[in-house]
Order: sequence, then C-alpha cells, then structure tokens
Amino acid sequence: MTTTPTRPAPATAAAPPGGAAARVRKRLNTRTATVVSIIIAVLWTIPTFGLFISSFRPENDIKSTGWWTFFTDPQVTLENYQEVLFGRTASSGQLASYFINSLVITLPSVLFPLAFAALAAYALAWINFRGRDWIYICVFALQIVPLQMALVPLLSFFSEGVTVGGVTLLPAWGLTGEERFIQVWFAHTCFALPLGIFLLHNFVSQLPRDLMEAARVDGATHPKIFRTIVLPLITPALAAFGIFQFLWVWNDLLVALIFAGGGKQTAPLTVRLAELAGTRGNEWQRLTSGAFVSIVIPLIVFLSLQRYFVRGLLSGSVKG
Amino acid sequence: MNFDVAAEADKLTMLGYGLLAFVVVVGGLLLLLDIVPSWFARQREQRLAMAVAGVDPAAPPPARRKPREWLFGLFFLLPAVLLLLVGLVVPAIRTVLLSLMDGRSESWVGLDNYSWMFSQDEILSVLTNTLVWVLLVPLLATSVGLIYAVLVDRARLESLAKALVFMPTAISFVGAGIIWKFVYAYRGPEQEQIGLLNQLVVGFGGEPQQWLQNPPLNTLFLIVVMVWIQAGFAMVVLSAAIKAIPADVVEAARLDGVNSWQMFWRITMPSIRPALIVVVVTISIATLKLFDIVRTMTNGNYDTNVIATEMYNQAFRYGQTGQGSALAVFLFVLVIPIVIYQIRNLRKQREA
Amino acid sequence: MAVFSRPRQALMLASVLGLAMSATACGGSDDSKNNSGSGDCAAYEQYQGNDGKTVSIYASIRDAEADLLQQSWEEFSDCTGIEIEYEGSGEFEAQLQVRVDGGNAPDIAFVPQPGLLARFAESGKLKPASAETKTMAEKNYPADWLKYSTVKGTFYGAPLGSNVKSFVWYSPKMFAEKGWKVPTTWAELMTLSDQIAAAGTKPWCAGIESGDATGWPATDWIEDLMLRTQTPEVYDQWTTHGIPFNDPRVAAAVDQAGQILKNPKYVNGGFGDVKTIASTSFQEAGTPIVQGKCALHRQASFYANQWPQGTKVAEDGDVFAFYFPAIDPAKGKPVLGGGEFTVAFADRPEVQAVQTYLASSEYANSRAKLGNWVSANKGLDINNVKNPIDKLSVQILQDQQTTFRFDGSDLMPAAVGAGTFWKGMVDWINGKDTASTLTYIENSWK
Repeated sequence: MTTTPTRPAPATAAAPPGGAAARVRKRLNTRTATVVSIIIAVLWTIPTFGLFISSFRPENDIKSTGWWTFFTDPQVTLENYQEVLFGRTASSGQLASYFINSLVITLPSVLFPLAFAALAAYALAWINFRGRDWIYICVFALQIVPLQMALVPLLSFFSEGVTVGGVTLLPAWGLTGEERFIQVWFAHTCFALPLGIFLLHNFVSQLPRDLMEAARVDGATHPKIFRTIVLPLITPALAAFGIFQFLWVWNDLLVALIFAGGGKQTAPLTVRLAELAGTRGNEWQRLTSGAFVSIVIPLIVFLSLQRYFVRGLLSGSVKG
Repeated sequence: MNFDVAAEADKLTMLGYGLLAFVVVVGGLLLLLDIVPSWFARQREQRLAMAVAGVDPAAPPPARRKPREWLFGLFFLLPAVLLLLVGLVVPAIRTVLLSLMDGRSESWVGLDNYSWMFSQDEILSVLTNTLVWVLLVPLLATSVGLIYAVLVDRARLESLAKALVFMPTAISFVGAGIIWKFVYAYRGPEQEQIGLLNQLVVGFGGEPQQWLQNPPLNTLFLIVVMVWIQAGFAMVVLSAAIKAIPADVVEAARLDGVNSWQMFWRITMPSIRPALIVVVVTISIATLKLFDIVRTMTNGNYDTNVIATEMYNQAFRYGQTGQGSALAVFLFVLVIPIVIYQIRNLRKQREA
Repeated sequence: MAVFSRPRQALMLASVLGLAMSATACGGSDDSKNNSGSGDCAAYEQYQGNDGKTVSIYASIRDAEADLLQQSWEEFSDCTGIEIEYEGSGEFEAQLQVRVDGGNAPDIAFVPQPGLLARFAESGKLKPASAETKTMAEKNYPADWLKYSTVKGTFYGAPLGSNVKSFVWYSPKMFAEKGWKVPTTWAELMTLSDQIAAAGTKPWCAGIESGDATGWPATDWIEDLMLRTQTPEVYDQWTTHGIPFNDPRVAAAVDQAGQILKNPKYVNGGFGDVKTIASTSFQEAGTPIVQGKCALHRQASFYANQWPQGTKVAEDGDVFAFYFPAIDPAKGKPVLGGGEFTVAFADRPEVQAVQTYLASSEYANSRAKLGNWVSANKGLDINNVKNPIDKLSVQILQDQQTTFRFDGSDLMPAAVGAGTFWKGMVDWINGKDTASTLTYIENSWK
C-alpha cells in the first residue's frame, strides 16, 4: 500500500490542493485532527483487538481472566483456530466446503440485486411515465418490512407454489440439493432491492440533466443511455452498494437457515460458525476464532474495492 | 476429513448456472429493449418513407412516442417489481391480515392484537426505547462517520485508517455479540475483572458496574454497539462523497479566504447533503428493524426491549403470530414520517 | 389467506419434496447396503421394505452430539436402506415453526417442549403415531413420559433422550478436604450452606444468562422447589394453569428458592452479589467450583459437558453431582427432568419405521453405548451407559421411588414458559419481589 493510493480524479485538474476536506484538515489544527482521528480509530479497534487476542488464548483463560493479561502472561494456543478450520466432528466436515457454499450463495446474491436495482433506479429517475414517483415511494417504504415476517410466505412460495382460489398459478418449485441455492439467491435479491433501489436512485437521479437530454436528442434509446452513460458514471455507487450487499449476504444467518438448510451441501459459513457454539452453547470460545475466519473475505473485498469509492461516489451530488 | 471434490464441483456448476442466468436475464433484457424498438423504428421509417413518397403525410409518427416511453419503464422495472411483489409486498399484506387474526392464524379477532399491544405495561418502555434508539443511533453513527471521514481524508495510511473503522461493519452480529460480551462482562469487586470496561473502572479506583442490568443506562450501552457497527457504513459513504467535491469549488472558496470552519459548513456540508440524507435514512430504518443486538445481549430484559425483538419473540417463539404481526404493522406506522420526508424531498428535486 | 393456509397440501408437497431430495442427494450409497453382515441385520426385520427411501430429521442437537446421533442409527440405515438426513439448528424452535408454516416441514422433529408439541398437534400439523410406534413406546417408556406426547387422547410419538435436572454439582475433593458430607435432606443442605458460608466462602454459585433464553435455569429452580414443597398433583395443576401462577403455594416455593438464590450470604460464589446471577452465563456459572470459590451449583445432568477441559466428572473426581434433596425424604423422591420427543410431520411408511425404531430399546442401547446420553427407556441396559453422571441419572430415572415430572416451563404455553416466566425470574433475581413477579406472569397467561 502506498501512501497516496487514493488520489481522486478531480484533484488532477487543479494544481496543488484537492477536496474541501483536505482544506479543512489543513486549516484545522492538524495535531488536534490527528489526535481525534487516532482516538476514534483506537476506540473502534480495541474491542475487536480484544477478541483477536482472545482467539489465541486457551478456553480456561478466556473465561477466567481479561484478554489484557495476555501481555503479562502470554499463553498462546492455536486450538481455537484448529477446531474452526479443520473441525473436530465428522458431521461438520471441513470448513472449506462451507466456504465454497458461502461464495456460491454470495456472488449471484450480489449481482442480481445490483443489476435489477440499477435498472429500476434508472427507470424511476429518467423514464417518464405516470405513477413513477409513487412506485419509488412504495419501494422505499418496503424497506421497513421486517425480514422475519417475509420468511414464511416466501418459503411457501417455493415449497407450495402459488394457488389462488384453488387454481394453481405456479406449481411448487421442488428444489433439492444444490438447487436450493436458487431459493437463497431469490430471497436475498428480493430483500436487497428496496435499499438498493433507494441508494442507486439517489445517485442516478442526480446525474446532470443536460447529459441525458443531449443523449436523447442524439437519438440514443434508454437501454443505450443506461449502458453507455449511466453505468460507467455510477460505478462507485454500484461498488458501494455491492460491498454492503456482499457484507449482508456473507454475514446472514436467518435467510440461509431457512432457504439453504443446515447441511454442508448448501449451508454457508455463518451456519457452521453458529453451530460451533455447540448444542448448549458450551463451546462459544470457538466463536472467537470463527469470527476472524469469517471477517477475512469482507476485509479483502473492502480493501480491493476502495479505489472505486474514492473515484467519486455520489459525484453527481454536486448538482443537488 | 475427506474433501469431496465431486460435491464441490456440483456447487460450482450451480454457481455457473446462476451466473449464466444473470448474463442471460440482464443482457437479454437490455438486448431486447435495444432490438425491438429499433425494429419498430425501422418500420416507422419505412412507413414514413412511404408516406413521404406517396399519399398521406404527417399523421402517425408523433403519436408513437408516448406508449414507447411507458413500455421502456415497464421493462426496466419488471424484474425488480416482480421480485418485490413476491418477496415483500405479499408478505407485508399477509402481515397486516395476520395482525387481525388470533395466535394460530385461525380466526379473525378484529383489533384485539392492537388493543393487547397498547394494554401491555411494557409497551411504553418498548416504545421509548425504540424512540431513543432511532434518535441516537443515526445521529451518533453519522457524526462519528462524518468526523472520521473528514479527518482521515488524504491522511497518511488513509486506506488502513478507514479499514479499521470499517471492520466492525464487516463483522457479523454473532461476532459483535461476543466482542461486546468481553467489554461489558462483570465480576464482583473482589474478583478479577474480565470485562474491559470494568477493568478500566477498577483501574481508576471505581466500583465495577453491571452495565447491561441497570436501566435506563443499559439501553445506551446497547446503542453503543449499534453505533460501533454503523459508523463504518456512514464513514465509507460520506468519505466517498467528500472526495467527489470538485476541486474548483474548493479552490474558489479558498481564494475567497474562508477559514476551515466556514469551509466545512459552507462547502463540505452542502455538497455532501444528499449523501448525508441517504446515510441517516438508511441507518434510521436499520435501527427501527434492529433486533439481533438486543436479542443476543439482553433479550429485552432489564427494560431494554425494542419493537422488533418483541415482534420476533411473539411471532416465532411464543406462537402468537397475531400479536407479532401487530407489532410489525406498528413498525410500518413508525416509518411513515421518514416516508413523508422522502416524498417532500422528491417533490423538491422534481421542481428543481 | 387462501394462498398460505393449506397445511394438508403443504405436507403432501413437502413429502414429495423430501422424496425428490432423496433421489438426487443420496445416490451412491446403495452398494454399501445389505452386504454389511446380514446376520446383524436380523434385528431390523420389522423395518424392512423401505429401501432407498429418505427420511429427514430436524432437531436442536448439533456439533459433536449430532455426530453421535448420526452414528447411532448408522446400522439401522445400512440394514433397512432408509437414508436419514439429519439437520440440527441452534434456532430450532423458531425455525421449525417457519418451516412448518412455509410448507417445508421435516419428516421427523425431536421436540423438547411438550407445549410446542401440543401446539403443532392441535393445529393439525403433526401426524398421529402409527400403531407400531405406539406399541413400541408403551413397551419401553413409563406412562409418566408418554402423557407428555399425548394431546387430547392422540399419541404423537415416543420420548428419545432425557436429562435429570434435580442435581447439585459439587467437588468431591473439596468436600473430603473440608470434611463436608453430601446432604440428603433439605435441612442438611441448609446447614451445610451455613457451615460453608461461616468458613468464608459463598456456598452457592448460579447463573441464568443464556442469550435469548436467559432466565431458564431459574425456572428450573422454581420447578424443583414446587415439586419439593408441594405434591406432584399440585405441580401438575400449576403447569396446566389449574391453579393461578400467583397462588400462595407457588409463592411459597419461589420464596423457598429465594432462601438460597436471594441470600447475599449464599450467592454468588466466584462472581459477586445476588444480581450477578442474572448476568452470569449458565455455561460458566458452575466453574468457580473447580477454582474453590464456590461449593454448590444446582444444574441438570448435561452440565457435565460444561466443565473446563480436563475436569474429571466422577464420584471420586474433580466434580460430581448429588441428588437435590427432598424436604421430607419419606414422601418419596421427586425428580425434575426434561427430554425430547420424536414426532412426525409425515406418515409415509419409512417415516413411521424410523419413528418406531427410535422408540425401541435397541436404539436406546445403541445410542447409549456411544456415550453422553441418558434415556428413560426401560430397556436401556445400565451397563451400556458409560460416564458416571449419566449412570446416576439412569439409576434415578429407573428408581421405583422416583416421582418424575417434566420441566414445567416446557409444558406451559411458550408465551409463558419461554417468555414471561423466564423474564419474570430475571426481574426477580434483579430485585423484584415475589408477589409482583408472579402476578406479572399470571397476567400473561391467557
């Protein structure tokens, strides 16, 4: 990592200084700024750091002394990690299998909502038809529907199909084995759309009107505008929504339990990690290492997507 | 311990199908929308050509435009709307209906579940708690995220600094629960403390406290956990917004000789206002629906209950689907102010 | 609501789903069947005829214990050709309801709460047990147990594993060193407690924190004392709401528990004051015994799994348990316990075969041999039970003097038994008085 991997595009235009914040920071007492930011960073990191230390401590130590005693009396064990990674039990199998499940679940569950939300956001912002504002408001309001209340009807949609007044409109899907991944993708896509459309609409609607109108005058169709103008411009927004959707899916337990089931054929990492606590919660110290195993991938994704954020997420916002 | 390659291959095949479906659906939709209209356009051109060459000029082409626009809107929205109908609209309607039925969803009971809700002694504390949550969490999380984003902007090791605050956002609720268990843990004064907070208190010569057991402060300690998680989200979005402020705007302001305080309020804040609204609204809604933190840390004991936790308990643990649904409907009601705010925003935007 | 409330159809579809699953998911295991020593398979004669079928089982048992469970029916699977797909979840109760309502019920579930069982039975989701299962269950389990899975005269399934809750954990070593004797009456127990307290240690340690189930260990205390201060008949009336929850007799039992749980001289050894009981997780609540900071911990037999690694659980070991003494031993030996019941959401022949097999004494012995398991099955040979605490549990369960009663909070409607009763006890520990706690619980019972 170099020290300035994050120079934004606009900065290259003017000569020395960049964004407003840089100016603010320079004018503020730099030392105060540094101190405050370090305080926040430390406060935000210490709890996690404690867990990190704990994940290397033996079970008895975790339960009887604070993690800071590690520095005066270091007792290191890799047992917690060993149990999480390689499993102690036959039914659990290797973590690798669950890891693959998580990947298989996550990729489509991020891509589909991204695409559908982008299409919908564009339509709601730039295609003129009656009632579009109301549709947008309804979609926005749907964010409040608690996930828990949506599980039963969606599950019966898959296992029983749709029947109205005795007429079968859609038969049961009858998904088995690996096919159950489809249910999970479907569920995650449904649940992600309200937030996705809200975030992206906010962004798409602030693209410059002149740009759109010029394109229309040139005879570009909506699909063409969407592909060639809108998509490249909202890449940062897509990256942002993408990463939060990724986090949501990666860390989700509820949807996976219901739609993927708990077997190693389809269950993701989170299901396995929750299982690690044991039937009566007697092995929860294993979760310390489990939490770190599961956080690795989201961190990599975040670090690798950072450059997209920096290039001007919500750059359209200037138009306000 | 054997790693079944065949089984893994099946999964990856499934993933392949999924990705293929993605390409086909999304690509197909765009392609379709590209080809079909252009085919119509060619038809029209031909007709136009014929019209010019032959008999009746003028009439058909302009009339074509309107329905086309509407059709495009339909197809762009179709996948999202269909999924939303199945995944959220039907469940929402079902929830409203269930809230009018008894615990087993067998007979209609009118508004009984609602009168139950408001006759509970605890409901008042549940409502106050939810209110405290929804006021404090967005405010605190956004402030911390904003301050941090401003401060580390262009700093050395910015990427690392941001990753540190982002980390809690990437941890699952299970992980967060364990982490804060280690912070708030309590042992009697004569014992060795294992909770960080109490260790600090003892270190400064105080009495260890049972942080999560004493209302009303315990709600604040739970709120800290949520702020800890959400600040990363706020920081990421706001930091990106700050970076997007055009350099010339800043330069102009600088030439006008504004100081940093003025710069923040006159340039930064107005520029990132839309992003700020997105962050506040998103965190508010997430907070209204919050249930994991409360459920795992106190399960609503010691006056820390919030609506969503109680909803989950009633509907899925106590077998009182009707009462659980009524609480869910109450959540719908609570979000109305935010919806109205959004409508006003949208109006303003349209007028501009 | 027409779309969503079709349980019958849902079940049919679910079973079709289950069948289809078996077709794709379990190919490849066919060859291993039937040829693994046909002599051993004689015991499974009555379950034959379902080769190649799959039965799904859903329960709360997971991780290491789930492995043992799956091993226990391996031979049955090999011999009959019935594939058993097991799934365990930590959120079993809530998930089961979602799956059943969503038309995706498992074939068989191990339900640990008779109250929940009754709810599924009354809404018509459960299938009554077959005649074979019923005969098998009646042969192997005491009538006391069978009534918990009988709803309105219909029998739904046999018990499976059990646990004994009326235990007090202690350190035999510490007792020997200090010259303390294991008490056999309530009076002796209190004298011992005073003696230990006088010696400068808080005698009791307790903890009722258990995430979203916080409070349950305290309800066990109350139930144990209901059984000790009242007759079993009153206990039954209490769990079925025959007497109000704030009846003076219940209050007396709660106050009796309070003599220990709310006595600042007695609790909370190793943790702090009375209030720490509410915040101490039940998993670590007994561990101060090992460190000598506490002497007594009332918890079920399964607490044997919670001791730190390397702790020897035996009468001559680091820790062991004695029977939580009765107030008047002459009136019999009340025992509080729990367990799970094998109920079915489908009535296909292979499902019924599995259900019958799980009720048999062959199964009980097969599972017991693998260790870490207790059952009330009368055919269970005590020599097959390995570890000392399980052995003691089986002895108590099979003892003629024992009056067994099921964990009361599991019998009550979930809104009380897993709701206000838990919450009420947390408040009670946290300082609320007995009368208003009980009135709060009573008001929630409709």
